[in-house]
Amino acid sequence: MSTQPVSPISVQTPQLRPDLLAIADLIAPGVRVLDIGCGDGALLEYLRDRKQVKGRGIELTEAGVLACVRRGLSVRQGNVQEGLADYPDQSFDAVILSQTLPFLDDPAMVLGEMLRVGRTAVVSFSNWGHWRCRLELLITGRIPVAVDLPQQWYESPRRQPFSVTDFARFCRKIGITIDRQVYMNRGLRVRTGRFKNLLSTTAVFTLHRRVEA
Amino acid sequence: MTTNSIGAVATEYFTFAEDEPFCLESGETLQPVTLAYETYGALNADRSNAILVCHALSGSAHAAGRLDGDPDKLGWWEDTIGPGKAFDTDRFFVICSNVIGSCYGSTGPASLDPATGKPYGLNFPVVTVGDMVRAQVALIDHLGIDKLLCVAGGSMGGMQVLEWAAHHPQRVHAAIPIATTAHHSPMLIAFSEVGRQAIYADPAWQHGAYYDKAQKPDAGLAVARMVGHITYLSEESMHLKFGRRLQGLEKYGYEFETEFEVESYLKYNGHKFTQRFDANSYLYVTKAMDYFDLTQPTGTLAAAFAAATHVKFLVISFTSDWLYPSYHSTQLVSALTATGVDVTYLDVKSSWGHDAFLLEVETMTNLLSSFLDRLVREERVAAPAGYALHTRLASAGAPVLPRIHLADNLA
Repeated sequence: MSTQPVSPISVQTPQLRPDLLAIADLIAPGVRVLDIGCGDGALLEYLRDRKQVKGRGIELTEAGVLACVRRGLSVRQGNVQEGLADYPDQSFDAVILSQTLPFLDDPAMVLGEMLRVGRTAVVSFSNWGHWRCRLELLITGRIPVAVDLPQQWYESPRRQPFSVTDFARFCRKIGITIDRQVYMNRGLRVRTGRFKNLLSTTAVFTLHRRVEA
Repeated sequence: MTTNSIGAVATEYFTFAEDEPFCLESGETLQPVTLAYETYGALNADRSNAILVCHALSGSAHAAGRLDGDPDKLGWWEDTIGPGKAFDTDRFFVICSNVIGSCYGSTGPASLDPATGKPYGLNFPVVTVGDMVRAQVALIDHLGIDKLLCVAGGSMGGMQVLEWAAHHPQRVHAAIPIATTAHHSPMLIAFSEVGRQAIYADPAWQHGAYYDKAQKPDAGLAVARMVGHITYLSEESMHLKFGRRLQGLEKYGYEFETEFEVESYLKYNGHKFTQRFDANSYLYVTKAMDYFDLTQPTGTLAAAFAAATHVKFLVISFTSDWLYPSYHSTQLVSALTATGVDVTYLDVKSSWGHDAFLLEVETMTNLLSSFLDRLVREERVAAPAGYALHTRLASAGAPVLPRIHLADNLA
């Protein structure tokens, strides 16, 4: 009979995707978090186990919901594109949207809902403004795939490529302030200086609603 | 042990309201009230590991195991309740009781009216889902349980779950309503009424006073059951199950005998039902479902759960269930979310219609056992005495150790 000690609760945390780890670093301990499009729940599990965060998730796929339930998370099947109408105003400290922005029909609506429901929004997205994308279009004449989102246009759901600069302009237009910024290049945080758009493959931002003076 | 069954079980009986009458929502009273119930597994030291499962329209207290040891009398949720199953009887104390108005041992229209010494028949007062649940509360009190770890059930069982959460929230930690609704729709009332009309139209029904007659309203009850069976399937599952296949025939007979497999299935199940269910109970229980509407009296569903913000919900619906379509569950989930309730929801992809809640065993087991593991962790539920450490570890996801059941340890 094997007597090796085994903890009743799974303690091994598998390697978290780098942009999710960057998001987790931006979340304060013990806060209330809503992760929309939470996938298999890896981030919510990490936040619960490492930061005692009270997390909820929304996920479209059955496989994702089942994986989240298996991790002991509170998750609700739903489509983020339909908005967050059921959630009361300011009921979360942070609302997370990771690697989903290019797939949204109406990103302004979703970001607006995130900042209605949460005090802060945290987003991560792939940057098509990276120099490799620019070079690929220039040299090969092919529409580039994002470095951190390498599926071809025919392999993934319909998406709108955009860059860090595009997103910053968009935020200004819809009255959202970009607060904390983390830039990554193929999973590693990078110092980009003035060349954020040129040198980052993925950006992670916290967003707030602009306070009118 | 091939099926991991709980083994031989026996139904027990609890009688209350002998001195004080049990008041019903209708304003009428019942005195006394008997509930048939079964329990599986053992209570832990602080009585915090109890789970109440609620049966559907035609169910009984016999949810798991072999009734009186008879291998042909398996429980209605046998796949889900037992050692190592979703409702793990090694870890939980599982209770199931027959609803009042039914005919499996709890007080109903076939019971003797103490005023006349004869079966109640239509003199039995109309009961509601709220009444059924208040009777269950009396049973839980009797069993010495202050707070249930969770209440779970599908269809009408799910209505009881919602009733518990809405009106007895301090008695439950968690609620698992499956393939159900918070308010019975006009279509559901319509199907109930067709079933009832079939019974009324049977001359043997005799306005419910048939208990001392040789002939029972079996024809009417069988038709009611056939209508019910159609609503429990889906068009796709009927294609898969029967197609247009003929029953024991090579070609059409051009006559009004049972020819198609689907006809044979309905006829068989309608007839089989008359051997186990009471026509008057069918009237009473369907009526209770028709009255069920948690949006009353405020008009909003969210208000019904205002006192239930601490209750953790697992809501499950099935994509092909057209009797209790998924939007009933999403409306419930929306109302719970707006109230700030912790709710987990999945619309399980299935072809099996309403019956899916008894058939999609693998997905259900995944959902239920993971959700219960979480409850055990968050509510700090201790295992009952004698529960082997190995079992606890294995059920918590540690794959290395063999399961050892209590029964094996005692053997």
